[in-house]
Formats: sequence, C-alpha cells, structure tokens
Amino acid sequence: MSFLGRSLASLLSEGAVGNEVFEFFMKRIRTYDDKIHAFVPGGIADIFSAAKTGVLCGLPLALKDNIVTANLPTTASSKILEGYISPYDATVVTGLQTAGASFLGKTNLDAWAHGSSTEASDFGPTSNPYNLERVPGGSSGGSAAAVAAGLAPAAIGTETAGSIRLPAAWCGVVGLKPTYGRVSRYGIIAMGSSWDCPGPITQTVEDAALLLEVIAGQDPKDATSMSIPVEKWSKLLKTEKKLTIGYADEYFKDVDPEIMASVENAMHALEDRGHTLKKITMLDPKYAISVYMILQRAEVSSNLARYTGVRYGMNRTAFGKEAKKRIILGAFVLSSGYVDEYYKKAAKVRYLLAQDFKKAFEDVDVILAPTTPVTATRIGDADAYAFFGEMMDVLTEPAAAAGIPAISIPAGLSEAGLPIGVQLMGKHFDETTVLQIAYQLEQDLAFDRQAIFEKYA
Amino acid sequence: MHDYVPVIGLEIHVQLGTKSKMFSRCSADCFGKEPNSVVCPVSLGLPGALPVPNKKAIQWAILIGMALNCKINTVSKFDRKHYFYPDLPKGYQISQYDEPFSYDGSYDLLRKDGSTKKIRIKRVHLEEDTGKLIHDGNDTLVDFNRTGVPLVEIVTEPDFDNSDDVKQFLEELQVIVRYLKVSDADMEKGSMRLEPNISVRKPGQVEIPNYKVEIKNINSFRFVKAAIDYEIKRHIELLGNREVPIQETRGYQEQKGITVSQRVKETAEDYRYFPEPDIPPFEFTQDFIHDIRKSMPELPNKKIARFQSMGVSPHNAYILTRDRSVADFYEEAAQRFPDQSAKIAMLIVQKSVPINQGIEEFCLRAVKILLPIETDLIILSQTIRDVIREHEEPVQSYKNGKESVLMFLVGQVMKAMQGKADAKTVKEELLKELKRPISSTSYN
Repeated sequence: MSFLGRSLASLLSEGAVGNEVFEFFMKRIRTYDDKIHAFVPGGIADIFSAAKTGVLCGLPLALKDNIVTANLPTTASSKILEGYISPYDATVVTGLQTAGASFLGKTNLDAWAHGSSTEASDFGPTSNPYNLERVPGGSSGGSAAAVAAGLAPAAIGTETAGSIRLPAAWCGVVGLKPTYGRVSRYGIIAMGSSWDCPGPITQTVEDAALLLEVIAGQDPKDATSMSIPVEKWSKLLKTEKKLTIGYADEYFKDVDPEIMASVENAMHALEDRGHTLKKITMLDPKYAISVYMILQRAEVSSNLARYTGVRYGMNRTAFGKEAKKRIILGAFVLSSGYVDEYYKKAAKVRYLLAQDFKKAFEDVDVILAPTTPVTATRIGDADAYAFFGEMMDVLTEPAAAAGIPAISIPAGLSEAGLPIGVQLMGKHFDETTVLQIAYQLEQDLAFDRQAIFEKYA
Repeated sequence: MHDYVPVIGLEIHVQLGTKSKMFSRCSADCFGKEPNSVVCPVSLGLPGALPVPNKKAIQWAILIGMALNCKINTVSKFDRKHYFYPDLPKGYQISQYDEPFSYDGSYDLLRKDGSTKKIRIKRVHLEEDTGKLIHDGNDTLVDFNRTGVPLVEIVTEPDFDNSDDVKQFLEELQVIVRYLKVSDADMEKGSMRLEPNISVRKPGQVEIPNYKVEIKNINSFRFVKAAIDYEIKRHIELLGNREVPIQETRGYQEQKGITVSQRVKETAEDYRYFPEPDIPPFEFTQDFIHDIRKSMPELPNKKIARFQSMGVSPHNAYILTRDRSVADFYEEAAQRFPDQSAKIAMLIVQKSVPINQGIEEFCLRAVKILLPIETDLIILSQTIRDVIREHEEPVQSYKNGKESVLMFLVGQVMKAMQGKADAKTVKEELLKELKRPISSTSYN
C-alpha cells in the first residue's frame, strides 16, 4: 500500500497504522536519500518506536537535527557535535511522542542553522528534490526536502529568520513559523535565542495546523514561552469570514517576475473569495537584514561560546567557516566601544520593525507577500556572495524580527520547474487567521505534487 | 612614612540557601556532595537547555538589597557576562549588568567608640555561581555541582579607610544575612566570600587612586583584616620607593600571612554584556515589592537601639543581637521579668545562666539570682504535701524513675505558693518529701 503524497490528516482519517507507515517511509529513505541527502549521517532511526495511540497514532515525522533527542544523535550538522547524544529530549519531541509520533530520523541543516541553503552543513549539502543541482533552501533544508520528496509525510523545522519558510517555498511544501513564544525552545540548540522558533513543515496547511496543536503551549522549561490558549487549529480552518489582506510594494521590490505573477495570482484568488485587498506602506525589509545580521550574530557568538573543546569532543578549530565568521562579527558588535553603535542600535530598530507591523495590523488582518525574491539557487551560489542568506531571507526576516506568525505555501512552479512560495504574516498569536487564509489559498492554488513524487517512485 | 590613607571597597558574594538552583529545578544543596552528582541539563549548559529564573532567589536578593537600604529597580533584567573558563559551562555567566535588582544603598556602621561611619552600597545583584576546579597533580578536574547555585553580589563604594571597619562591617553583614534566613553565610563552606579591593592615597586627596588591588581566597574575617593590613603596608612601601603598585588580583596565603600576585589585569576585561534573551525582563509590581518588604525582620541595629531603650547597655545589646535566636530568647526572657531587662541581658551575655536548657529552666535559674525570696518553710512543707496528694499519677511516675516530672511538680508548688517561694528551696524540699516512704505521707 502506498502512503506517498498522503497528508497526516488523511492517513489518520483512514486509520493508517503507525509502524506500516513508518516502514513505508523508511524504505523510501533507504532508496532515495542517497540522492537527496535530506538526513544527517547516523541520524536515521531504524526501529519503529512509538505508541500507536494519541492524536498522531504512531505516524512518522522527520526532525531537524538541531532538536535534541535522547534516542538519536544530535549534531546541528556540525562536526563539533558529531556523535553527541543528548541525555534529554526537547520539549517539542516529548510533546510529539506523547501525541504518538514516531521519528524517522534527523534532517540536515546548515551547521548550527547558519545559512539559507543547507550547503553549510559539515556533512555536505542537501539537494532540492525538484532539481538535484539546486539547493533546498535552509536552514531547515533537510526537513523541507524530505517532505517534498516523500521521504517523510511531515517534518519539524526551526526558524530564526526564514529557515522554515524559505526552504518550504523552494521545495514546494508548507512551512509555518509560529509566533515567538508559541512553541517551546527547550531542547532546540540555540542560534538566535530571541528569534528561534520551531514549527511544522508539511504537505498541507491542515497538517501544519495539526502539528502546531501538538507542539504549541507554554513550557515551564522555557521562560520565553507564553501562556496563550492552544487552539484546535485543524478544526478552525474553514471559515466564511471576509477579511482585509494587506500587501506592500516594499515586499515586491527586486522580486523575480515569475514569482510576482504567482503572488498576483494568489491576490486575485483571495479577492475572488470576497476578501478585501489593501495596499499598505511598510518599512523597507532591508532594515531587517541589518537588524538580523547584528542581533543574531551577537546571540550566536554567545550561544556557541560553550563549544570550547573542553567538552563535546571537538575543539574550536572544527567550527566551519560560516560559524567562525558569525562568532567574530557577533563578538565585535558586543565589544565595549561598539555595543552602542551596533547591538543597541539594532535592538532599537528591531523594536521599530515590530511597531511597523503593529501599526499595519490596525488596518489589515494578514499581510501577503512573496516568500523569497528568487527560486532555488544552484549549489555553490551561496559561496559566491557574502551574506547570501540575508539576501535570500530579506522577505522573511521582518516577520522573524517582529516575532509574528507567518506561513509559506506553494504557489506554483517556475518555467524551470522550481517551486514558488507565497507567505502570509499575521498578528502576534493569531496563527488562526494565518492558517485560515493559507488554507483557502491552498484550495485555490491547488499545487500539484504528483510530478515530483513520480520522480522518486 | 604613614602619610597615606587607605581606600578600600568590598565585593561580597553570598550563596542563597534556596532549595533549587538559580535557573533550573535541580537541587542547590551541593556542598560536600560527590562531584557532578547535583547537575541537570540546565546547570551543565547542555545544548538546547534554557534557564528559568528562581522566584524565591529573586525575592531574597531584593530582601538583601532592602536590608542595606537600597533603592529597588522595579524594571530589571538578567544579562550574559562572557568569559572563557572551564568552570563556566556556557561560556557566559547569567548575571546583572546595568539594571541590578537594587542599588544606591547605605549602611551605618556603629563603631565601638560610639562614632558612626556611613558605608555606601553601590549595588546588590543576583547571578549564578560557577563550578569548581579541582587540581590533582597535573590534571585539573571540573565539578559542576555548584554551577547555577544562586549567588548575590554585594558591592560597596570604596568608603572604608581602615581594616577594623571592614572587619566589623563584614561581621555585621553576615549577621544581617543570617537574620534574613536567606543563607547560612558560612565562609568555610564558601557560602559567603569576601573580596576587598585596596589602594592608598595622600590625605586630602579626593580622587580615587588610579590603581587598585583585589584580594581573593580569604575565608575568615580575621584574614580579611590581616590581608588588608598587609596590602596597605606593601602599597605604602612601594609608593615610598616611588613605585606605583600594579593593578592586579592577589591571593591571600593564610599560613604565611602574605598576599601573592595571581593575575595582572593589563586592560579592562570586555565581558560583552547583553540582555539575556532567554529570560524576559522583569517589571515588578508594587505588591510584589511590598510583600518582600513585609517579610523583613527587625534588623540587628534596630534591635540594638530597642534593647538599649529597654535599659540594656550598648555592649550587651550588641552581643545579644549577633544571633537572631539569642535575641529572640532574650526578648522572651525579658518579658517574664519586667523591669529586669538589663539584668536579664547581663545574665545571658555573661553566661551566668545558660540559655540552651530552654526558657523555663532559664527563668527558674534567673529568678534565684534576680529575685531572692524569703520562703516560709512551714507553709511550703504543707503545700508540698498537698501537691503530692493532688498529683498521684505524676508522683508515681517520678518514683518509677521518670525524673523529668520533678520540674512539673516544682511548678505546681510554685504556683500554689503564688510565687512566694524560692525555686531552689522548693526543689530541695520537694525532693526530701518524695524520698519518704509512702505511708508517712498518707494521713488523715
């Protein structure tokens, strides 16, 4: 029996048995992951180990390898942590296990999640299933590629500023970055602590809602997680409410014409449903690049300080080039004499970015924009440009800086056959509206995944 | 040659006696435990682990600030302080930088000669303790048990100019911390650590000298004084030879009574502070602050003043208030002997009557000294016989060997005598009576 292309929701409604589904995907991983390299070496689980109970009934998921697990090694795709086994599970892992999820394995990322292409993994790049010479995006590239190629029915990624939405867009899958504080960070290897947010990467909006229900909620182990009621989002997707959807020219600048066409198509679809489109003015997203580059580097330099070589086996020379660059820049912006000019100023601009969204949401319910300025780039391109990731993440960084929820869903394919993503950004903790609009768009845009599955069948 | 005035400031660390650590729920009771047995992912700084602040520790840190008359920051936060050291598992210490819980306090030091000296308190903040390095031959081992234990740092302004004041201040600070019941403040166990910084200047010079020497590894008040005196002498000698003492950290060697250079600070260290992103900033409500203030006990200096107003001598008031339980004992005893407060104080201070036998025994003994009473032996002997007759059961159990009953019977006799009897005589007469054969006491 083939479970390929089946969403979690449909597998559940048909009463698919956990270990059968697990074996099915495990076989696909063994067959196709040599080409795609979505999983990290030594990170594949070979035994089904889950209760076939709970809302997820034993269904298998892939986990980004910066989420610590007690049963599988966790490396964050860095040689520094090669062979490291955490003595404890991340809160999202415990939550998913309690809900009955099983885990296929740990997926590849740019080492420490530093990147937007998954090329910066110390264990080699992941390929985009649509074109193996292209990157899947990053840093949750392994998770997105695994779902796109049907190696896992769904996955968990993490986003700091685009790391869920960008690979989702480039791999033709759904990626939801929840509100900062909505999902516990306990057990996520810290990158940019004031930005990091785990979230689902799935085939459908409904699955994203379903997984969010499981992983969301306040965690006594994460002081930044918030006590906001967790909704039954998967049951709230169908709504007749007419909303105001904002769009801003600032997000259309320098965007590839093919992507713009898909975005306009999405805007028409929403208008046809009776929603009101409203043009708004937003701060240029380029400011988010500077803010991100300073604040995230500062946090990186701090968060990586523990990997000195005294513990965890490898010493600091084992850090990759990208990590070293970020540590140096981060240490610089925090140094006395520079901290005011860089760190503190960036923190102020970040506040302005958040205020900018707050103001926009006085007039509109969600904001629609392209997820990325271009489609998936070639393997090797990232090396050719300084701050490649920041340029690619320009449209996802503002929402990450503001900590608001945002989702990317597939909006079509380019002429070259590469997926295009469109994103919806919402108010703090208003995942409900974001998911509802995304669900409607998903029906209208009817992204077809059949062709890609045929490629790996 | 002694034409210099010392300038001394203090940094004091006090480990709080909370049940769990500062940012994790693992036990903070780690003294003397097997190395690395009192740890958890958070205190080990494992990948993915996050700090969650201990509310009790925050309340206690603020309480210490209040006890030192500090202003309380209603908006505060934790910061990351970065430096590399193997006993610091995250590569940074969670501490407080520019918004400590409390700041700008002061303490009035009442010297023995009756003069007072105001010591300004710069700040009182909360941080996490580090681990411990154990040097074993050529190996250095790390014990993370202490990592993450809540640690309060108290910083004074450099207001001291002699080691006697420093010693007295530290002794009194220890008493205060113990009054607050937030720490055992035991220097042997390292739950109170003292780091004086010292320099000297010319009399009349207002500016702080352009160097200072910090001393570590001091584990008694006596050694603080000795180390400071040693340093002052050393600085004056150096300056006398037209040398400026080096800005450095020195360690005190108690066996030799000297300090030796540990680390020379050539440049100011750059700790790259920034707000701890894992812990949202605090906005304390007035209620929160008020509740902490309400839990403040009467502090030693206030108690001294009150005891003096009860007629106790300054010296005795000071001694009585060094330990909160002694002060409480004194108050209870003093209540039983109105108008005798000063004498009761004397009995306790001079240890004429021990206080470790309980308040009743203390009072019995005290009364003999304070209120010698003429006892009518005829009435007493009749009363004793009455009491024995009315308390058959206790008398029987006394005779069966339960000697503790004696005090009860003494009490009953005293009660029947309406206090008009000397307790010692009562006891002696009662014993005589109890030793008689039963038959002779039963008559009608």
